[in-house]
Amino acid sequence: MTDTRPLALRIRRHVVEMTHLGNSSHVGAGLSMADIVAVLYGRAMRVDPQRPDWPARDRFILSKGHAGACVYAALAETGFFPVGKLKTHYQDGSDLSGHVSHKGIPGVELSTGSLGHGLGVGAGLAYGAKLDGADWRTYVVISDGECDEGSNWEAILFAGHHQLANLTVVVDYNKIQSLAPVDETLRLEPFAEKWRAFGWEVRECDGHDHGALADTLSTPPEDKPLVVIAHTTKGKGVSFMENTVLWHYRSPQGDEYQAAQRELGVES
Amino acid sequence: MRDAFVRQLTEIARKDAKVMLITGDLGFGVLMKFAEELPGQFLNAGVSEQNMTLLATGLALGGRTVFTYSIANFPILRPLEMIRNDACYHNANVKVVGIGGGFSYGALGISHHATEDLAILRSLPDITVVAPCDLWETEEATRALVAQPGTAYLRLDKSHATTSEGSKRDFALGKARVLEEGDALTIVSCGGIVQEVLDATAHLRSEGHRCRVLSMHTVKPLDKEAVLRAAQETGGIVTVEEHTLDGGLGSAVAETLLDAGVAPRAFKRIGLRSCFSSVVGSQEYLRKVYGMDSQSILLAAREMLSLSTVSS
Repeated sequence: MTDTRPLALRIRRHVVEMTHLGNSSHVGAGLSMADIVAVLYGRAMRVDPQRPDWPARDRFILSKGHAGACVYAALAETGFFPVGKLKTHYQDGSDLSGHVSHKGIPGVELSTGSLGHGLGVGAGLAYGAKLDGADWRTYVVISDGECDEGSNWEAILFAGHHQLANLTVVVDYNKIQSLAPVDETLRLEPFAEKWRAFGWEVRECDGHDHGALADTLSTPPEDKPLVVIAHTTKGKGVSFMENTVLWHYRSPQGDEYQAAQRELGVES
Repeated sequence: MRDAFVRQLTEIARKDAKVMLITGDLGFGVLMKFAEELPGQFLNAGVSEQNMTLLATGLALGGRTVFTYSIANFPILRPLEMIRNDACYHNANVKVVGIGGGFSYGALGISHHATEDLAILRSLPDITVVAPCDLWETEEATRALVAQPGTAYLRLDKSHATTSEGSKRDFALGKARVLEEGDALTIVSCGGIVQEVLDATAHLRSEGHRCRVLSMHTVKPLDKEAVLRAAQETGGIVTVEEHTLDGGLGSAVAETLLDAGVAPRAFKRIGLRSCFSSVVGSQEYLRKVYGMDSQSILLAAREMLSLSTVSS
């Protein structure tokens, strides 16, 4: 089985460098889901970087579009476009916008940035594939804070009702949203029970354990959609960014940037 | 209009399995035939307009042409961000159909008065905005929107105009339809309220004034050429819309003229003055209350004709 941990490390280094160069936010959100994206692109999904429009490809949607840097890094590292392009992220005239965009970027299915959109579009893709009898799957990564959006629950209700067994949602459950912990903002717990009540198969795992992620993503149920509640740490991989609200917004600069890259094994 | 649309769409969908219709749990007695005949091409998304629009985008990205269907403001205002970010930005084949343009559901109150839709939707990039005036245009527009890739909004009306058989030819999106020829004035309108315009111009004709009547069924992209010609060839322009004056058809016509540096000899917009239409009643009644019925159009045109006579 492919070891996807080196891919995740490279993604983390890019995320830190891209948010540093762009003086941009959301480094914590990108680090939180680096392992999820590495397992999806490196192992779980059927994609071909040489054929980004291959009709039989699995579809990936990042609904928490603010973590776009993480997906751009995964796409570049898996060969969808040159790694050098990542340095243009957030720069004047670039098509690598802060929130993930599909225009001019091979491999991005859906531009997002406003929360609560990706799951519904994913449900539409899955419903269409089911009508066609096609065997590709749709994967959607959503955030925990994003579950405040009512549109997500409309889509969750729909996918459960229509038993969209070709749809997998991964929740990057790092328990911190924009301004405060999820528990202090709008409590999601009992979270798994909510999904179950809407007709979904629920699996939980450590969202940084690649083996556990791969296991929970494999052999999806045949009669209902699958949600993987991936317990993650916001800012994972850089000690001083972990579990802080601050690093949802702060951009790594100066000594903090050097320290972050050192922790990720980058020689300065 | 609604029945003409459903009839036409059913015909298209019979031949094209990729054409799909999604409703937001509305269309009792109207969509049943489509649903029964083409179950694989019909979906009731439930009372969830945001998800309906997202589903439509996903289905469209997967290769389908998807019509979303609901009444008045429901398929537009609640999921506006989905129309903008998901459908339009991805050039998805999503055709949003709003049944009950303007005061079609006049007695139901302001929640059901679709009076800002044209202005809001025409401000979005990569969308076609269509408001047919009669059953013929409704059928033609439905066919044309299926044939044209990308996102569109189709505003349907409870009322519809009765137009001459001779004017029913060569429908093209973005091309105004001449309902009556003349040079005294040009009246530019869209939607079922065109009937009020035709009633007014019949009076004017009996008074010796032949007016040009344009059905501007495509509000976006606007037929600029027809607007400029109206300014250059006729005595003035009156726009009539069952819609707010803030940013609607009249605004589009005015912008076109000013941008081109072409001044009509006279200009007047008829529509809803920036206010909530809190009075309720039938479509016919509300047109009178808000000064957009045939009598109001007639008075405005007469005034403009007398001004134009004085100035020349």
